[in-house]
Amino acid sequence: MVRMSSVVIVGYGGYVPRYRIKGEEIARIWGRDRSELPTEEKSVTGLDEDTVTLAVEAARIALKRARIPPSKIGAVHVGTESKPYAVKPSGTIVAEAIGAVPRITAADFEFACKAGTEALQFITSLVDAGRIEYGLAIGADTAQGRPGDALEFTAASGAAAFIIGKNKNEGVAEIEAWTSYVTDTPDFWRREYERYPHHTARFTGDPAYFHHIVNSVKNLLENDGYTLNDVDYVVFHQPNTRFPLVAARLLGVDLEKVKPGLVVGQIGNTYAACSLLGLVRVLDQAKPGQRILLSSFGSGAGSDSYIIRVLENIKLKRDLAPPLDKFIDRKTYIDYAIYARHRKKILM
Amino acid sequence: MFRIKIPRYWRHKDFRYRLNAWRCNHCGEVHFFKPLVCRKCRSREFNQVSLPDTGKLLAYTVVRSPPEGFEAQSPYIVGIVELDDGTRILSQITDCHPEELKKGMRVEATLRKIREDDEDKIIAYCYKFRPTV
Ligand SMILES: [Zn+2]
Repeated sequence: MVRMSSVVIVGYGGYVPRYRIKGEEIARIWGRDRSELPTEEKSVTGLDEDTVTLAVEAARIALKRARIPPSKIGAVHVGTESKPYAVKPSGTIVAEAIGAVPRITAADFEFACKAGTEALQFITSLVDAGRIEYGLAIGADTAQGRPGDALEFTAASGAAAFIIGKNKNEGVAEIEAWTSYVTDTPDFWRREYERYPHHTARFTGDPAYFHHIVNSVKNLLENDGYTLNDVDYVVFHQPNTRFPLVAARLLGVDLEKVKPGLVVGQIGNTYAACSLLGLVRVLDQAKPGQRILLSSFGSGAGSDSYIIRVLENIKLKRDLAPPLDKFIDRKTYIDYAIYARHRKKILM
Repeated sequence: MFRIKIPRYWRHKDFRYRLNAWRCNHCGEVHFFKPLVCRKCRSREFNQVSLPDTGKLLAYTVVRSPPEGFEAQSPYIVGIVELDDGTRILSQITDCHPEELKKGMRVEATLRKIREDDEDKIIAYCYKFRPTV
């Protein structure tokens, strides 16, 4: 649907906080069956972290790879459903922290788990239109699940950042095409002043996740003349370990193309960062010339799909900052009591 | 009830967020926040410099009886970090347990929440250092 003239990722970064809680530990507290857990473990923020600090971590890693002066960034968009402030943009704090202020546009985007790929669409479009030289798109969340709810097993924390530019010689990958598929589907929501989201369990799979991802991917392939044979990696949104594998089966994608971008088993569903962290993990290992199909999902509901081609420069820039696996492997397990303190579930 | 002095927090954000300090044009003394006159040579001319975001840990201690406003993250670690240009800076050390700390270990700057205002709920963000990833 949207063909890009030449828009490239000049820097990327993924960040996951240090703490983990095992699915088994959550199951122990609520007396749940431990044999069918939606993920093995999930990431948990430290006491001093929130969506803004996670976003800054990822943005600074992306800057190390981009090797551009932050003052050249013309837009900072943060996609999240866990803004520290209901009113006061996260983007301004992030922009200030990396030294991108004041000649920028900044805003926060919300679209449940696809807010990050949505921010990426707008940054990509601003660069493509020539309005800015470089832009920063971030997906970051410190997702909350109601204690005892199915979502508590997966709602996790992380951030992914992408610096977008136009100069192919600086790019690690080229964004060749993207599309969106959106309908009004009430599968998951949170009203104002509420701490935890609600969800329609029956809707989560078929009318929501699978319907939107399958259609958004099909539209992208058909409209832009790609086939699945043209892509070497496929990254789906990962609300649990099962859904991305089922999406692959529905679309006829070889599972070997999906596995490198799967991170949900080790860090959980990091919401707006989720599919983008999968992309980061693939960029950490892909070869020049290879193509990546990225498809996010956000409740409410919609899916953004991208075709991204890896460029020669990846070999030079990849090692300028730590790979995502360094943060995934840097972990300290905590029990439910410490988790409850970290996630402010103890109200005094 | 702990209150944050918002104008002061706002004035100091260059240093607190990204270690942008002020160097005296005359004698080279580094000031974290822009002074009226240099404490060393009384000069009034300064240039903004960005300090290195990596260094080594010289000394540390664990704070178990925090001052008002710092209770939420207690106990926490405070250390003296020598940045790669030789500047020494007092900082909280995060993402580690006291038993993992070693004198001389490499650390890097990160941005974290330091405290919140009890009444107005504004969040104060500031640099902290963590073991280099
Ligand atoms: Zn002086």
